[in-house]
Amino acid sequence: MGRTEKPTSMDAAEPSPRWEHFPHDADMGIRGIGHSKAEAFEQAALALTAVTLDPDKIHPHLKRSFSCEAPDDELLLVDWLNALVCEMDTHKMAFSRFHVSFNNHQMESSAWGEPVDRRRHEPAAEVKGATYTELSVHQLPNGFWVAQCVVDV
Amino acid sequence: MDLSLLTAVSEHEWHILPTGQMRVPGIVYASEDLVREMDHKVYEQITNVATLPGIIQASYVMPDAHWGYGFPIGGVAAFDADRGGVVSAGGVGFDISCGVRALYTGLQRKEIEPVKQVLADILYRNVPAGVGSTGRLHLDNKGMNAMLSGGAQWAVKHGYGRPEDLNRIEEHGCMQGALPDSVSDKAKKRQQDEMGTLGSGNHYLEIQEVVETFHDPLPRKLGIQNGDILVSIHCGSRGLGHQIGTEFLKKMVVAASHYGISLPDRELACAPIASPLGQEYLGAMRAAINCALANRQIVTNLVRQAFADILPHADLSLMYDVSHNTCKVEEHRIGNQSRRLFVHRKGATRAFGPGHPDIPPDLQAIGQPVLIGGTMGTASYLLVGTVESMKMAYGSACHGAGRSMSRHQATRLWKGGAVIEELAKEGILIRSPSRRGVAEEAPGAYKDVTAVVDAAEAAQLAQKVVKMRPLICIKG
Repeated sequence: MGRTEKPTSMDAAEPSPRWEHFPHDADMGIRGIGHSKAEAFEQAALALTAVTLDPDKIHPHLKRSFSCEAPDDELLLVDWLNALVCEMDTHKMAFSRFHVSFNNHQMESSAWGEPVDRRRHEPAAEVKGATYTELSVHQLPNGFWVAQCVVDV
Repeated sequence: MDLSLLTAVSEHEWHILPTGQMRVPGIVYASEDLVREMDHKVYEQITNVATLPGIIQASYVMPDAHWGYGFPIGGVAAFDADRGGVVSAGGVGFDISCGVRALYTGLQRKEIEPVKQVLADILYRNVPAGVGSTGRLHLDNKGMNAMLSGGAQWAVKHGYGRPEDLNRIEEHGCMQGALPDSVSDKAKKRQQDEMGTLGSGNHYLEIQEVVETFHDPLPRKLGIQNGDILVSIHCGSRGLGHQIGTEFLKKMVVAASHYGISLPDRELACAPIASPLGQEYLGAMRAAINCALANRQIVTNLVRQAFADILPHADLSLMYDVSHNTCKVEEHRIGNQSRRLFVHRKGATRAFGPGHPDIPPDLQAIGQPVLIGGTMGTASYLLVGTVESMKMAYGSACHGAGRSMSRHQATRLWKGGAVIEELAKEGILIRSPSRRGVAEEAPGAYKDVTAVVDAAEAAQLAQKVVKMRPLICIKG
């Protein structure tokens, strides 16, 4: 379940996987929170989708696969989000279901979605790219993982 | 921003003295109120930019500065290749060569009013806007490379405009030094169906009425008077520019340590100008500038077609086209020397003063037009560069109002449908595929563009010519 209120440190400690948006002057902060790093990445991707449209309106019937490699988790997150942005823009797609698995600094992932239907989805601002601003992948004291960054819209 | 961190040099000029790793001071051009409104992150970003190798004179910000990524939006910084200077993908941003162009129409408001609804509908139908929209032109690889080399000159050659349009576009419509081979296949594929599209977010196509003139005879010299109708187009290099920004940010982040560059923020990713990576980025970024110039040229052609259908006597000649996310090589006087600098403007407009050789001959006496986009409910401005501005921040000025709140804060305060209804009561027609997009771009989500423009004029960065009010806004 996503939401767009400004998160607090207490919110981030609540034990439920979710995504949220956090404020940035001109752009948008996206954050995924999960039981595992993979789940946090999946939730961050949902937050990415929600910048543009409501993920609940997307029928996840087409699958796309992505392989990413980067020297650390944070660069991997940006790489993956940008792979999704590129696919969304090039093929006018929207995704609402994700699966991520890691092997050291490599990542295999799948995304399920459908072509954007401008009437049904009512997309707002497109994401131009994921940035390194407020970029963080870390584990909370309660064991939950957080994956976040600002995206340019 | 905490005023105690700055030293006021004048009412509209504030200095941040170099500390720590800063190589030069920071300089903020803004009124006290605008400085107070700026987020502390702007301060951090000004001082971070000041640490980059080869930076010359100062890290500047314009009156509309706000928190960006790496560089602040509204940031200007120049680097000298001979002194180890860098080029930064973060200093240009994702929407490379995003910019504004303005067209005369030869019409007055009274001629627009009877056909306003129809004109709005035709423009909305003709000009693809919003997420998922595609243009009518599909570029194959050969066509893509030709477009990336030729910019607006390529577009005019292919029938999207008039040869005389090129006289009123920066770089005469074609950025030299573009290297299409430095642009990835992914970036080209992302762009192949996006030529002639507005995009989304803060991009727009507006029909505007001139409602106020300043500094007579400047408006007359530019052929403008009260009640004139202008067209304004704000868009950029679309998916191609975004992909180039994405790819080179990562390349530069990874390569920074190889070049011995310590980055206070990864988003400041950069490479020495003289390095292979720096040269590769410059070639790709210049290709993206050409993409943006060609894109605005094609959109212009679509607008002309729409007008031809219902107002055939209108003559849509180009007043000027200016970009606000670029890195350009320019000659500037530093002390007693003329130096060749790589000037980054991120959310800042070039604003060359009268007499500058890069201004079209017929505008030499006036100065370069500076187009400042406002919001769909307030106003936009036309200014011109000043002789003074050449000595301040390499001939630069602000680029827009700048957001005063985040997008999701805006959607909590406004509903798109209600914004459209309210503006209709004021005589402003909005056409957009996205009600949420309209809410995010609600006029109240932006700073007061008049305060920003007044500060730019008071700081002598540019001089006001006319104020325009929107009558029709096509929003992505």
